[in-house]
Amino acid sequence: MSQSFITIRDLFFSRGKREIFSGISLDIPAGKVTAIMGPSGTGKTTLLRLIGGQLKPSQGTLSVEGLEIPKLNRKQLYQARRRMGMLFQSGALLTDLNVFENITFPIREHFDFPESMIRDIVLMKLELVGLRGARNLTPSELSGGMARRVALARAIALDPLLMMYDEPFTGLDPVTLGTIVSLIKKLNQSLGLTSVVVSHDIHETFSIADYVCILSEGKVAATGTPEELMNSNSAFVQQFVQGKPDGPMPFHYAANDYIQDIMKGAE
Amino acid sequence: MMLNWFQHIGAFTFDILANTGRASIFLLQVILGIKETLFRPQLLIRELYSVGVLSLLIIIFSAIFVGMVLSLLGYVTLVDFGAESSLGVLVSLSLIRELGPVLTALLFSGRAGSALTAEIGLMKATEQLASMEMMAVDPIRRIITPRFLAGCISLPLLTVIFMSLGIYAGYLVGSIWLGVDEGSFWSQMQSKVEFGHDVINGFIKSIVFGFVVTWIAVYQGYNAIPTSEGVSRATTNSVVYSALAVLALDFILTAVMFV
Repeated sequence: MSQSFITIRDLFFSRGKREIFSGISLDIPAGKVTAIMGPSGTGKTTLLRLIGGQLKPSQGTLSVEGLEIPKLNRKQLYQARRRMGMLFQSGALLTDLNVFENITFPIREHFDFPESMIRDIVLMKLELVGLRGARNLTPSELSGGMARRVALARAIALDPLLMMYDEPFTGLDPVTLGTIVSLIKKLNQSLGLTSVVVSHDIHETFSIADYVCILSEGKVAATGTPEELMNSNSAFVQQFVQGKPDGPMPFHYAANDYIQDIMKGAE
Repeated sequence: MMLNWFQHIGAFTFDILANTGRASIFLLQVILGIKETLFRPQLLIRELYSVGVLSLLIIIFSAIFVGMVLSLLGYVTLVDFGAESSLGVLVSLSLIRELGPVLTALLFSGRAGSALTAEIGLMKATEQLASMEMMAVDPIRRIITPRFLAGCISLPLLTVIFMSLGIYAGYLVGSIWLGVDEGSFWSQMQSKVEFGHDVINGFIKSIVFGFVVTWIAVYQGYNAIPTSEGVSRATTNSVVYSALAVLALDFILTAVMFV
């Protein structure tokens, strides 16, 4: 594995009384696509928010490029975020701005570039995602897939070193899905990014990921290359990658005995 | 049973204290962003338009009708004692000391406060605020502070418009329609209404209301639960809390200023 870009050690995080992470340790290599996978509710998105400093862990260390994210003050954190890009599941485009203005938003906020330069940067980013012609559309005029591609162009507007993708494949038609999959790989290679993809779509994720980390019940359940995980002997990994309904990961949420529960209702 | 009751009171008190603490820290963060907003006047101007200018219509209509009703009722009462020449004083003091600041604040919380809460709450629910954070843009300074400042500036100005239009509408009904002497209407008003005492105190009230109503509106939006139900609840809370705060503060301010 190449040099680590993100290093997580003994990380604990809770929401109220519910413990999301109970001491996870993980290395995300620089310049590669690392997929964070796991069943719904295992804290995949939470992990991205911890990396972005939007949440603070209760215990443990988390460093990006050697910077200890939870210990940064506000100014340092915002400085660190300039080197991070994040694609939200919903796209999270600013609804009162059109496509062009959405992409200029981070540039105008941070730099005092001349208009002609801003225009060139935006058109280059839009060309990368294939939406140069849609620059005047408003977010309400975009399809789900287009909105996500615009959000992707906006996320790379500041030329980040780290790109985080939160469920980028959810709810897309097959053509758009294929476009997003190839875009993530293409951007990673052409811009030399480190990418973290949170997803539970096995096929698409395995096709672009260099490394995969599967989370379950607050722990790292398995790590390795997609091939290693496909050939893993672990019953849990096999259940997950093959999508079996029952196995070590129970189909049913913890509950009382079924018959007893039904009879209680009748009483 | 008794223990349970005490437990509820304790939890409720703790909740209020925690909420007040959170709202105060939030206010501090908003105020710290004011300097940055002043350096970007285009952000403030945009919000002044949507918070202030778009509230003008309801303020103008309400002011005219309130002024007319005040004048009409005042005349009916005063004419029995032959004191209808004091109608101008009655209308102006009622509007300047009390009705102007309070009604404008209540209307403002319904029109602009609720819109602010819903807008910010929806931005939170659709992850727009979170995405700004990840673009290294502080949403409090970029989104909240300009709106807060716009609310604080708009409400006192709207109140002045409300007072002026209300008094003029009162004059139209009293003098033009009901025949109260025009000279005594204005001269009695001039001699009884003190600028330093009545007008300034009424204006101070509107500044306090503007601050509180906008603070409640932006805080409720920023802390809304990011679901459709959460945003709807936050919008309702914004209007209800603002109304209660305005009425309670009005009593305190009136007691301090005019008693």
